[in-house]
Amino acid sequence: MDLIFSNAVNALFDPMTAAYAIAAIGIALHFGFTGLLNFGQASFMAVGAYGFAIATISFHLPFWGAVAVSLGLSALLAFLLGIPTLRLRSDYLAIVTIAASEMLRYVVSTTSAQPLTGGPQGLNNYSTEFYGLNPIPAGTYGFWNFTYSERDVFIRVVSWSLVIVFAILLAILVRSPWGRVIKGIREDEDAVRSLGKNVYAYKMQSLIVGGLMGTIAGILFVIPRSVQPGNYGTQLTFFLWTMLLLGGASTVIGSVIGAMIFWGLLSLSDDLLRAGVDNGVITFLTNDQVGTIRFMIVGLGLMLLVIFRPQGIFGNKKELQFNG
Amino acid sequence: MANEIAKGPSVPGVAKHDPILVVDNVRKQFGGLVAVDVEHLEIPRGMITALIGPNGAGKTTFFNLLTGFDSPDSGSWTFDGVKLSGVPSYKVARMGMVRTFQLTKSLNLLSVLENMRLGAQKQPGESIWAALFKPLWAKNEKAITERAEELLTRFKLDTKSGDFAASLSGGQRKLLEMARALMTQPRMVMLDEPMAGVNPALTQSLLEHVRGLKDEGMSVLFVEHDMHMVRNISDWVIVMAEGKVVAEGPPNEVMKNPAVIDAYLGAHHDSDLGADKIAKGN
Repeated sequence: MDLIFSNAVNALFDPMTAAYAIAAIGIALHFGFTGLLNFGQASFMAVGAYGFAIATISFHLPFWGAVAVSLGLSALLAFLLGIPTLRLRSDYLAIVTIAASEMLRYVVSTTSAQPLTGGPQGLNNYSTEFYGLNPIPAGTYGFWNFTYSERDVFIRVVSWSLVIVFAILLAILVRSPWGRVIKGIREDEDAVRSLGKNVYAYKMQSLIVGGLMGTIAGILFVIPRSVQPGNYGTQLTFFLWTMLLLGGASTVIGSVIGAMIFWGLLSLSDDLLRAGVDNGVITFLTNDQVGTIRFMIVGLGLMLLVIFRPQGIFGNKKELQFNG
Repeated sequence: MANEIAKGPSVPGVAKHDPILVVDNVRKQFGGLVAVDVEHLEIPRGMITALIGPNGAGKTTFFNLLTGFDSPDSGSWTFDGVKLSGVPSYKVARMGMVRTFQLTKSLNLLSVLENMRLGAQKQPGESIWAALFKPLWAKNEKAITERAEELLTRFKLDTKSGDFAASLSGGQRKLLEMARALMTQPRMVMLDEPMAGVNPALTQSLLEHVRGLKDEGMSVLFVEHDMHMVRNISDWVIVMAEGKVVAEGPPNEVMKNPAVIDAYLGAHHDSDLGADKIAKGN
């Protein structure tokens, strides 16, 4: 039983949870504050993962060079997606981003791209230099069920520090006059235009900045594992949206807490169900079915949330009273 | 009055002594419908000009064209001597010509004060880099907030400044929109039906505010379809019908113009159709 809860606590602070949180902060900027429907955050994460891995493996760039290349590619992707769509109604951005992200996934997983992207097998062995930056001496750290190698500690410290950095960055941005303009755009872009603001430029800036957050998240996500094309499907984007809405779209901390709750609950329900099946308490399920059932449970939780607390956990109830 | 403002008799397109906005051959077609077809029009500086006409006359389309929210098929216009045709809407506002909308566009989930602050120009913190360093924009923000609070007091919205704009009544939103437009420090204010959907008591106060704009030296052009509403406050009236300017002149003169009466009531309003004719027709 102890193990079940410590697994869940581990999931809360997993570097993967941090990566999801950062990507969700990006769509909080897009959707929660600017009103942009980005359904392709997976593609920004993929650019981070593949950009970083390919720059390291095929072009032998140093760590910071590989990071810079992925960020550059990410800004380029946002720019390309934004040029045709940001002048149009918000639904078009949704269609284009989801399509682009699927296209990107298919392109990197083709066998003809294998020399570069690894095709369906993906990529690995690109993290050596990152771990080379690790100042923590080799050894085992922690206590009880929470023991980590020096690498585990390093990636956790780095990724959660970045979560804090990006949450603060978002908080500063949305509380500034720049943030006021993008919130105005979310409410009514024609009104903002009539007040002398270049709406198109602001939407582009928001798309790029939120996309860059997705890209950083993509790099963090692949450092402790391998790059797998299957990870960058629409499911990834929708998980991020789930976390965002769970915490509250127009909040800063909501996406972080949303990501932690999401992975914590997923791990907890999985372990509880498995324990139930193993001990014969739950007889109507097999262990294979548990993996699927837990998503249903999370889905049910989300439905209840949307019904009873549509503004998200940290959202402001007052904001919803005016949406007729 | 006519010769104080215009150089000649009150005919459509008459030249003004001191025009702020000069429009030439502006034409906009939606499919087969010619929405706007204005040959020549001059709007006088420092005056309140009303643009009236029946529903569907093309007033709002004309407004959208002038303010860059829609682009014409052909034509050009200048604002204070500067060519304005083809200039995007946000630049039009920066050049000192600000507009409001027929359907009020208050930014609902921003507070009333934030709505006002958004109207301010030259706030360096609106650049994404400067936004990160508060000392770069805090001083401007303070000045902007003071100006916003002054305007809110003038428009009697000061008690609402912390509330969401969504909580305001329809009339208060019109006031907020006008006040917010003034935050841009315009030289010319374009009001699209400022009185639409506002109760009579508030209409008077809105009219007062429009007069106040003129007293501050701004030129005002406002759209209205009720002729009688404009009589008291406008210095000059332009009448549009079916996309064209059919008459212009001082209010009292224009109200008597047969072309205006035709535009509002239809050209055959005084010819007797005859009860018999109608009965037989059925």
